[in-house]
Amino acid sequence: MLLVHCPVCGAEGDETDFHGGGQAHVRRPATHDPANVGDAAQGEYLFMRHNARGLHFERWRCDRSCGKWFHAARDTVTMEFKAFYGITELPPRALMEAATGEWAAYFKDKLAAGKSS
Amino acid sequence: MKSRYSIFSIARNAMNFHKDWERAWRSPEPKAEYDAVIVGAGGHGLATAYYLAKNHKMTNIAIVEKGWLGGGNTGRNTTIIRSNYLQDSSIAIYELARSLYEGLSKELNYNVMFSPRGVLMLCQTEHELRAFKRTAHANRLAGLDCRMITPGEVKEIVPIINDDPACRYPILGAYYQPRGGTGRHDAVAWGYARGADSMGVDVIQNCEVTNIIREGGKVVGLATSRGVIKTKKVGVVTAGNVSGLMQRAGIRMPIESLCLQALVSEPIKPVLDCVVMANTVHGYISQSDKGELVIGGGTDPYNNYSQRGSFPSLEHTVTALVETFPIISRLRMLRLWGGIVDMTGDRSPIISKTDVEGLYVNCGWGTGGFKAIPGSGYVFADTIANDRPHKIAVPFGLSRFAEGRLIDESVAAAVAH
Repeated sequence: MLLVHCPVCGAEGDETDFHGGGQAHVRRPATHDPANVGDAAQGEYLFMRHNARGLHFERWRCDRSCGKWFHAARDTVTMEFKAFYGITELPPRALMEAATGEWAAYFKDKLAAGKSS
Repeated sequence: MKSRYSIFSIARNAMNFHKDWERAWRSPEPKAEYDAVIVGAGGHGLATAYYLAKNHKMTNIAIVEKGWLGGGNTGRNTTIIRSNYLQDSSIAIYELARSLYEGLSKELNYNVMFSPRGVLMLCQTEHELRAFKRTAHANRLAGLDCRMITPGEVKEIVPIINDDPACRYPILGAYYQPRGGTGRHDAVAWGYARGADSMGVDVIQNCEVTNIIREGGKVVGLATSRGVIKTKKVGVVTAGNVSGLMQRAGIRMPIESLCLQALVSEPIKPVLDCVVMANTVHGYISQSDKGELVIGGGTDPYNNYSQRGSFPSLEHTVTALVETFPIISRLRMLRLWGGIVDMTGDRSPIISKTDVEGLYVNCGWGTGGFKAIPGSGYVFADTIANDRPHKIAVPFGLSRFAEGRLIDESVAAAVAH
């Protein structure tokens, strides 16, 4: 049983009060790079997923309280939540630095640009 | 060649108090080089190795496994075997698998306890009834032996079912595949391992692959916890753990790893002699030869590598089945376990070549891999041996996700996900 905290309204509850929305930070090609929307980019957007073993970043929705989407960082082996943060935000810098594999590659330029919530 | 198992071998070994049985397979040290290496000794990997040796005469091959063989999802499923999917591509591979299961015990000289006891998929809403009728027509066109049955026939086949027409999800009929059933999951892995080993395949356990070594876009070997193994062909068959390994070869996978749980009750006298799937309420059930009710349901809704599932999913499954089979309400549950299933976007598997020459992948079987083991191994072996997809494997290529050529079993078919 996961215990979830909504960073928007502050609600606390178990996983049945929330809805897991899959991988976070998936970018829609038509929004971010409209000139280069091809089959490969669209297939990537719709189906290819970071499937991290360990630190993972995902979207959740606060089903039974405010109804807002938010982000969470969670370890997929220990099932422990590491942070909850807003839907427009990046994770805390320490977590971006701790990320491995595809997530590390994704956060690399964001860390370099010094952006962090 | 191994000595055959028979009534005479049992009698002969009984004389020695069963102390002299030959090992079913060797535990060899990895050689420096093989013609092909399969990564992952679950059912699919072992079947692939077996058919590579048997059908394609590739015997200088190995299968490496980080744990022990059959220790992943092969040993964690509810052993249901059926082929009544909706799409033609799915029917082709699952029916190949089901038909291979029929002769498997004899072929392997190993009792896989295939029991074609019938699989019955309940229709508990008008929508589900219509959807299954559609599947029934599709399956009939494909030549499958399946039919719709009435609520009266359901009650005859499954006397313990709740046939109260006033209940929340009444039985409106069922879709019945009499030639579906169950098998003994461990025996399938062990039988294929023994068969492959007897043809010279090295089954290497406790050997974790840490990297896929490439040179100039080609596979040249594997880095493992027991040293480097040179090979020009690698077949990755690692189910829930496929993403991390493929990523090391620079290939992204359309896979999310989720936990699917199953559980068994205390053993009781025979009450159920077929498999019943109740997809609307989301649970499926059969009774093992030991008398335990074997119960499965849906996956947890978030990524998980821990092989431990969440309690709400379990409660949901059990609630559904108690509603459908009221007599099981006071049964105690003996064991429960979770497996990490590899879910694709269209809920269909991936059997594919990749952009790296000599690297092949077979994964994405999600919640329904056990039933496909012989067919999956058969076509994947052919794909590896000939370096082109077997005709049944063609639709299951990785490129379908970019081409939008999905095999949509996630909402269309008679599948409990």
